[in-house]
Amino acid sequence: MLDLRQVARHFGGVRAVDGLELTVGDGEIVGLIGPNGSGKSTTVNLITGALPLTSGVIYFRGRDIGPLPTHLRLRAGIARTFQNIRLFGQLTVWQNVWVAQNSLEDRARRGFFSRWLGGRAGVRDEITQLLEFGGLAHKRDELAANLAFGEQRRLELARALAAKPKLLLLDEPAAGMNSEEIGQLRERIVSLRQRGVTILLIEHVMELVMGVADRIAVLNFGQKIAEGAPAEIQADPLVRRAYLGGKA
Amino acid sequence: MDFYFGLAQLVGVHTLLGLSAYIVLLTGQVSLAQAGFFAVGAYTAGMLTVLAGWHLVPALGIGAIVSAATACAVGFPALRVKGLMLVIATLAFGEAVRLFFFNFDYQIAKGDIKVGPLGGEGFRQIRFFPENGWGTLEVMLFMWVFVLLVMALLWWFDRSRYGTALRAVGEDEVAAQAVGINLTAIKVSAMTVGGAIAGIGGGLYAHYTTHIEHSSFNILVATFALAYPIVGGLQSVFGTLIAVIFVQAFLIEGLRELGDWRNLLFGALIVLAMNLRPNGILDARALAALKRAFTRGRNA
Repeated sequence: MLDLRQVARHFGGVRAVDGLELTVGDGEIVGLIGPNGSGKSTTVNLITGALPLTSGVIYFRGRDIGPLPTHLRLRAGIARTFQNIRLFGQLTVWQNVWVAQNSLEDRARRGFFSRWLGGRAGVRDEITQLLEFGGLAHKRDELAANLAFGEQRRLELARALAAKPKLLLLDEPAAGMNSEEIGQLRERIVSLRQRGVTILLIEHVMELVMGVADRIAVLNFGQKIAEGAPAEIQADPLVRRAYLGGKA
Repeated sequence: MDFYFGLAQLVGVHTLLGLSAYIVLLTGQVSLAQAGFFAVGAYTAGMLTVLAGWHLVPALGIGAIVSAATACAVGFPALRVKGLMLVIATLAFGEAVRLFFFNFDYQIAKGDIKVGPLGGEGFRQIRFFPENGWGTLEVMLFMWVFVLLVMALLWWFDRSRYGTALRAVGEDEVAAQAVGINLTAIKVSAMTVGGAIAGIGGGLYAHYTTHIEHSSFNILVATFALAYPIVGGLQSVFGTLIAVIFVQAFLIEGLRELGDWRNLLFGALIVLAMNLRPNGILDARALAALKRAFTRGRNA
């Protein structure tokens, strides 16, 4: 599905991501963890095209996506959520999802004018389903800015799914959530996998990532220091040192 | 009565000018180029009726197309600059257009007089309306047909996914791209539609004043174009209309009795209006209240 080869991104002298090799297989849930500033969010920005690569190649479904701008990568099937929530605050919940329906599938199904200038009738069921998945059906006419924090996170997820992604990049989706909310998020992630969505989960909250990921890669100072099943990662001395410092 | 018809003409033209800035503002772009597009539409339509002898309607259409094409051409380089830099870049464009018309001569003899644009002297004798015997009322109605068509179009946009995408880009460009919106297409299309609207407004303006010159399209006009949607609020096209009526009918005409005090009060009242209603006269809350009142009236 996704294949990063020797991917690097330097900001001046800072090597935010340096020679990263990462593979995500079809239908997998891969966790990407690491201390603050280890290059996790930069990696997401490189995959979506928000930042240009310094060097290396990213293959998505066998194709080099380096030259594609962000909106074309989305059409190809890569959607994301943001670590610091970026909803369209002055648009309603419904509009946030509606405006994100830009998948190739939608483009094939509806003509240009019906997609951009047509009414809501043709998409009503689909958006209702997405809102129900996010537990937001009753808030559909609320402005996104007026939602509670947890609801905003769920709306970000629903908005990302509106593009019918094949690969979903979740950038710290559990940040600031309580353990009940984390439990619900875990259920949502698992149900997405059952629908065939591949997930790259960037996360600080070990409770979540250890519970759902098939495989975990650990970043430190822009480099991958370990990769393996959750149990192996928990036992890895290098990982413990990166997180806890010293010689643990 | 003619006074009120004349005022309605003025309000109509300025509404088009304001709406041309409204759609561009929705995408978060602050453009001072609208007076330039207004000028392109005015000169193009004027030359077509006066020099080529066309009917006004096709002349307005061509004026809108030329103006839209100009706006589209401005839209692409404008993508590379944001915020204050865009303000300066579009200001420079507007001034370039004004100076072009300051130096633009193209006159032909018609009977024993010469007609057409003559540099700093301006473009006189745009006499389509008087030559065809249209009265003030007819001219006003003709103009308002265009104003209402444009308002209906923008009102429809606001309800469509296109309008939602414009607002999404205005709110957060990074997020908009991340959900698959083509930033270039959205920004340039908004600029182009804005250019077409300004072009129609300029064509109408040229014909009802019968005389245009470079100073009719200066920075003050560009500022008014921006001020209308901002004072009126970006929630709805009606905000712009209300702001034009507030400024042109109330502040400028209504306070005429006050003589020199008017200019002072004009500025003060604009500042007061913006302080009392920082999100525009017709903000989200006012619009929601109106909507509720309207639906209640219908149900009762």
